[in-house]
Amino acid sequence: MNRSGLKNRSVVFGLIVVMIALVFIARLAHIQLISSEWSNYAGRLTEERESLDPMRGKFLDRNGELVVSNIASYDLLITPRKAKGLDTVALGGLLGLEYQELKRRLDKAAAYSRYVPSIIVKQLNAREFAMISKQLMNFPGIKSKTRSVRSNVARVAGHLLGEYREVDRDDINGDMFYQLGDYKGKSGLEASFEKSLRGTPGARYHIVDVRNNVQETLLELDTMPIPGKDVTLTIDVEIQAYAEKLLRGKRGSVVAIEPETGEIIAIVSSPFYDGNSLTGTRRGIVYDSLNTHPWKPLYNRALRGTYRPGSIFKMVQGIIALDEGVISTNTIIECNRSIIGCHGPHTADDLTNAITHSCNPYFYEVMRRVVLRGRDTNTLKDASLGLTYWNERVKEFGFGTNLGGHIPWARAGSIPNSSLYDNIYGKNHWGYKTIYSISIGEGELLTTPLQMANLAAIIANRGYFREPHPVRDIGGQGKPLGIDSIHNINILSKYFEPVVDAMQKVIEDPNGTGNRAKIDGITICGKTGTVQNKDKEDHSVFMAFAPRDNPKIALSVYVEYAGSGGEWAAPIASLIVEKYLTDTISNTRREERILNFQQ
Amino acid sequence: MTQRKSSIYKNIDWSLVILVGVLMFFGLLNVISAASNLEIIEWFDWSGKGGKQLMWILICSVLGFLILNIESEFFIRTSVIQYILTLILLVAVLIIGKKIGGARSWFDFGGMSLQPSEFAKPTTALILAWYLSHDSTKWRSIKVRFISFFLVAIPAGLILLQPDAGTVLIFAGFVFVLYREGLSGNVLIIGFVSLLIAIATILIGATNVHYPFFGIESGIGVFWISWVIIGSGVVFLVKDLTVPRKRKRVTRWGITTIIAGLIISMGLHLGMEKVLKSHQRDRIHVLFGIDVNNPDADYNIRHAKAAIGSGGFSGKGWMHGPMTAYSFVPEQETDFIFCTIGEEWGFVGSATIILLFTFLILRIIVIAERQRSNFTRIYAYGVASIFFMHLLVNVGMVLGLAPVIGIPLPFFSYGGSSLIGFTFLIAVLIRLDGERFRILR
Repeated sequence: MNRSGLKNRSVVFGLIVVMIALVFIARLAHIQLISSEWSNYAGRLTEERESLDPMRGKFLDRNGELVVSNIASYDLLITPRKAKGLDTVALGGLLGLEYQELKRRLDKAAAYSRYVPSIIVKQLNAREFAMISKQLMNFPGIKSKTRSVRSNVARVAGHLLGEYREVDRDDINGDMFYQLGDYKGKSGLEASFEKSLRGTPGARYHIVDVRNNVQETLLELDTMPIPGKDVTLTIDVEIQAYAEKLLRGKRGSVVAIEPETGEIIAIVSSPFYDGNSLTGTRRGIVYDSLNTHPWKPLYNRALRGTYRPGSIFKMVQGIIALDEGVISTNTIIECNRSIIGCHGPHTADDLTNAITHSCNPYFYEVMRRVVLRGRDTNTLKDASLGLTYWNERVKEFGFGTNLGGHIPWARAGSIPNSSLYDNIYGKNHWGYKTIYSISIGEGELLTTPLQMANLAAIIANRGYFREPHPVRDIGGQGKPLGIDSIHNINILSKYFEPVVDAMQKVIEDPNGTGNRAKIDGITICGKTGTVQNKDKEDHSVFMAFAPRDNPKIALSVYVEYAGSGGEWAAPIASLIVEKYLTDTISNTRREERILNFQQ
Repeated sequence: MTQRKSSIYKNIDWSLVILVGVLMFFGLLNVISAASNLEIIEWFDWSGKGGKQLMWILICSVLGFLILNIESEFFIRTSVIQYILTLILLVAVLIIGKKIGGARSWFDFGGMSLQPSEFAKPTTALILAWYLSHDSTKWRSIKVRFISFFLVAIPAGLILLQPDAGTVLIFAGFVFVLYREGLSGNVLIIGFVSLLIAIATILIGATNVHYPFFGIESGIGVFWISWVIIGSGVVFLVKDLTVPRKRKRVTRWGITTIIAGLIISMGLHLGMEKVLKSHQRDRIHVLFGIDVNNPDADYNIRHAKAAIGSGGFSGKGWMHGPMTAYSFVPEQETDFIFCTIGEEWGFVGSATIILLFTFLILRIIVIAERQRSNFTRIYAYGVASIFFMHLLVNVGMVLGLAPVIGIPLPFFSYGGSSLIGFTFLIAVLIRLDGERFRILR
């Protein structure tokens, strides 16, 4: 090969160099300009976002009194890398943890990360923390972190307010808002109004080094947390606390509503619990004991308990019958005890007396007239069509629905319809005589204490109700839209008056079943109910509103396995009514009798 | 004397001087950034890496100035002695050297360490130039080829014993020198084909195939069998299509290729499985995107790419790269210095650096071709090859295109030995080039 031929080889070499340079530049362009994979990865490696928790909104009662606020609690964290020479025995002693349990938690933390702190003890309260904080310095790698938890200042309405605690996997998957270790309202109003209460977290961005130590803070990206909105309840803390006091030691419920507005003044399910006991280090133990208690304290009887309504339901039958024109206020029906049993010395009553005496044959006949209207020549088919119609009328009173009011976890109960009996007996295999027990509030009827209080509100309002609701205001913006929707019952108000008369007589008549609820100076209208239980004491039920004109409170009281409605539920209702209307208790013997009654 | 001195400055290639100066300056900036965190600058801290690098640059400037004032005849005449001295040092380092990172490559002088393999590169370039530039040397003779090969292979072999695979790879670059001096271009083609076979061997070798009778084994067997069968078929077809008088030659070449390919593939596969340690095999597998059961295997390269990728178009600015500052990239002021360039200077900066190196190498080639002196031309090619290989292996590694092999990026990576080595390389070239009008040799 000649010299110039070899000289050309410089071009080959040069081209190889240029080619490699181009490959490198193309690769650079890919990594730096085209693909975001690597810069995203770098961001994940170097940037750490520290969430700044917003102050959660408070709960206030209808008079602006604090119900739930936030307090500091303390988590203890360990950074395994820094915990060299940690005296685990001493630490276990300080924290009151079994050595094995502490060891398990430390191992778990070490397995998770040696550089990232992991929680080993959750939610120490201020007192617990103060006791150990000085000695914590002696333990390398252990530090504390403050977080805010809920404090039920008024110590009431645990059921209604619900729990605020750590999110689980489903919460994280269901809402991008939450991350592991975050807290949220898990039940009750804490859950319903979570989005208003929680606020908007702020963030602080840090740059971390390869060991995840914070090296600097990027101030320009910081955002401040926006506090959550305060929620004003319709609950009157004083009445709520008083109702809880009266129900202490009993199983039952109280629901009190302001009839005009549908605002829930008090709602108690007993046995109840202090919401504060479900925060802090002992939550697990407390929860287990509540969960296994035979009286089921975690169960919200006021919203989710379904009972046969008993005699109280007779008023609904009477009102519908008047509106249907199948009876008038003067219609007298014979107390024919051959069809259905009755009680008390009466032979024939008009509507008012029938309610006062709680006459069973009367309402057997009333419902028969509503149902059997000759819609079909076949009486069985007539009964079926009639029941369908009756079912619709009854549902106007809010039965068979959860009543809205942004309390979705309330139960609907059940109002029987034709298909229910078709399923039981077969189509056209049942007639009115098969189902008549529902005429007196027994049989397949199921209603909740909330629905019963709402019935009292309907009668108090003479024909309408607003959805019973627990919240008055969120962050100064008034009631949430649709929380107090009005429901008009398609019945003239004059048809309610005979029932109201009867309810007054129930209290004021010397022989009235509810005369233990009588209060001097206040016209209470009420109705007792006695729900029979097989082989056990009856449920004592009472519903009432007061005063008769321009009513301010309507309520239902249930005391399970206690006896007749007049014996326990009626006096409890009267005490709550008096407390609410006058802020005093005139009959202290009545109060004492109730307080002394412990099941 | 004065007249001669002034004449050398008139004739030296200032573009090279400026290029090297620019590279050194940017190198220093990046070392300072890589060695400090975001707050503390080690400007005047002579014990810090930035300060030390600045000190080395000053030393190298003095060294370069001295070399420019030494007659080129000195380097020509002493190239044998320098080469022998280098070999002695390379042997000595194997005996009394200090082991750092698994390789016995360093002499330790109490705080200062010296890496003789850095000096082996220029001295090998010199000896090769000296030997091949003799009038009596004819490339066609087998003896010359063998001697050339051994001149490169002896220091390379000694370095492989340290072991320092990266530097050995640099010595492979001398093939470009030999190519320029007459080595058949087929060598480059053979090298390229061998590379393809090697890649195929690695990729297929990592797969598993269920063989009848033998059970699950590496898929490489299928590759070997199909290589032989398909290769034979191709040779057979091509033979029939060529004119009869060439058929014998085609057949001979074809069979040689098949056998050589098979030997390369088998040797490599055996080497991968039996000789390499598992972490070294993992590094190679990671490069080819083969799933490795060791999450740390691609740690370096993932972090390196993340640092470069986070630079984006214009970078995060000098001293503002968190990945650089907070030690996410290992060896970031030495072998992985390019990550700092990528993160802090972005695409603009890193592409510029690659282009500057390309200009440097091309400029050296241009300088080489304008020489009347064979010695200078051959030496210049040696210099160009060494820079090219460093660029290829170092930047290729950082960009995830080559396996992780630790060699410095010239003028950028922190370290006195490599800086002195490269300064020596380039300064001698500038001096030799400065005398290009003077003599013929």
